[in-house]
Amino acid sequence: MQPSPNKLRREGSPWTGLWAVFFKEMADHLSSTRMRILEVLILFSAVGAVYAGAQTLRQTIGEDPFLLLRVFTAAQDPLPSFVAFLSFFLPLAAIALGFDAINGEYNRNTLSRILAQPIYRDALLWGKFLAGLATLALILLALFLLVVGLGLVFLGVPPGSEEVGRALLFLLATLAYTGVWLGVALVTSVLFRSAATSALAAIAVWLFFALFWGIIAQLLAQAVAPFDPFDPESELRQTEALLAFSRLSPNTLYAEAIQVLLNPGIRSLGPVLITQLQGALLGSPLPLGQSFLLAWPQLTGLIALTLLLFALAYVLFQRREVRA
Amino acid sequence: MVIETQGLTKRYGKVVAVDGLDLRIEAGEVYGLLGPNGSGKTTTILMLLGLTEPSAGTVRVLGLDPTREPLSLKKQVGYLPDSVGFYNEMTAWENLAYTARLNGLPRDLSRIRIERVLQRMGLAEVAHRPVSAFSRGMRQRLGLAEVLLKEPRVVVLDEPTLGLDPEAAQEFLKMIQSLKAEGITVLLSSHLLHQVQTICDRVGLFHKGKLVLEGRVEELAQRILGGAYRIRLEATPLDGLVERLQALPEVSRVQTDTRGLRLEASLDIRPQVARTVLEAGAALHSLSLEQPSLDEVYARYFQEVRHAA
Repeated sequence: MQPSPNKLRREGSPWTGLWAVFFKEMADHLSSTRMRILEVLILFSAVGAVYAGAQTLRQTIGEDPFLLLRVFTAAQDPLPSFVAFLSFFLPLAAIALGFDAINGEYNRNTLSRILAQPIYRDALLWGKFLAGLATLALILLALFLLVVGLGLVFLGVPPGSEEVGRALLFLLATLAYTGVWLGVALVTSVLFRSAATSALAAIAVWLFFALFWGIIAQLLAQAVAPFDPFDPESELRQTEALLAFSRLSPNTLYAEAIQVLLNPGIRSLGPVLITQLQGALLGSPLPLGQSFLLAWPQLTGLIALTLLLFALAYVLFQRREVRA
Repeated sequence: MVIETQGLTKRYGKVVAVDGLDLRIEAGEVYGLLGPNGSGKTTTILMLLGLTEPSAGTVRVLGLDPTREPLSLKKQVGYLPDSVGFYNEMTAWENLAYTARLNGLPRDLSRIRIERVLQRMGLAEVAHRPVSAFSRGMRQRLGLAEVLLKEPRVVVLDEPTLGLDPEAAQEFLKMIQSLKAEGITVLLSSHLLHQVQTICDRVGLFHKGKLVLEGRVEELAQRILGGAYRIRLEATPLDGLVERLQALPEVSRVQTDTRGLRLEASLDIRPQVARTVLEAGAALHSLSLEQPSLDEVYARYFQEVRHAA
């Protein structure tokens, strides 16, 4: 029998039931013990970092047009900056929210019951992903406002409009970066039946990029573009290769994006030749639009990576048997 | 025809889980899909609901194709999986409310229905307790409540009495039977043949992915066991009784077990049996007609299959 084209289509919308799943998952996240622990951890570290940062700022810098942005990035010795805290904690928070998304349903024997309701699997996966992302966005926004507020209290200088714009873009970049790790956790939660294995696998991926990718990128760059002491151009080639390899890591992309967004003085992310600096006013800040353009590839890279990971989880999940 | 399959087949790699199944279930029937574990019952059910894709063959449930029209199908078909799970930290009510939302029921309607199904399943008092405190029997009833929430036309139950104590199992079977009175078609699977045989209108016996026997329980007994009448008697002393009973023309078989004798006969010949026992000078303690059991049908069938092979 030749199936008519119409027969190959599924009936109805894949979004049926999406919001039911979304709100249930969101409520679960917000009321879970896991969330309490994360909130306390993040809160303490953020407040600590901002307080320490503000102390340094008060002592050292008197006149700075971008005081608010300095609050995000300033560090005082034992404590890292607020941004460093975020890039360390948010991947962990995303993994904590996502590592048992799908295998948890298997282990509680709820998956076949839920999928027997008139919804597609799409709705379940999207609902879970969006709920995780919304929860993280909520934490992030709360933290951000807290830090801005604390900055105001400690420093007493209101931020300008460009500064607020930069801060909001920074928020967006951070959310995209968090989305990547939520995607990783979602994939491992489909791949591994045991929640503990899934959590470990996701954390292993994170550790790999946080600790080892830098070293591996260096080795790869040396292999691809060896340094020749008699050829000055080889040094440039190696630097560029290193940059290309390290940009495969979401950590690098995020670090570069926020560097540009939070520091208006940065004009380029790659190596700059002395000839390119001719006529440039060194030290003068870039306008917001230019900084945004500079961070654009990194931002889109992070968002694309998130979508790619979600698509992978989607394909894996659609093919998975409902039965244990 | 509510459920109809033709040549339904499911292969996992080289393993054939379901092999060329032709199933026809009519409206208002209680149909038992019976067979040992791993004989393909659950796979069949998952294919009927579109939760797994058939390798070959066609399925129609209420005239709908489960792989292409799953949404309108699942709106009308309720499914209770084996070892059903709920969100433990949520209450019974919240669990049902989630299902109601997934079914797109408006809030007011879902409140009325949740109340009604919880009442009906005897869970009204524990409605606002977390499911983690529920016993296996209560979970099973909550599962049935969830199934009834969408007011289905067809209900599919996978091993509904598994893990229940005998009393709870009987109670649960009664609830299933009450669905038939409402005109709901019920398909249930079980490996506990004796438990479900009382409520099934028709049964299909599964073996290695194939439907080997199908029909009403009595018909199957008649067909497979030959004499459908099985008489059990207790008498003392038993000496010589076996020979005398064997001599009766209607008796095809006499077995001795720990409690007495079992006869297989083509007719209900209890009076003759009683007379024979008394004439032999023995004391008759009890005499009864046994209902044929599906376990026996199943065991005997496979005995014959093996002998034939």
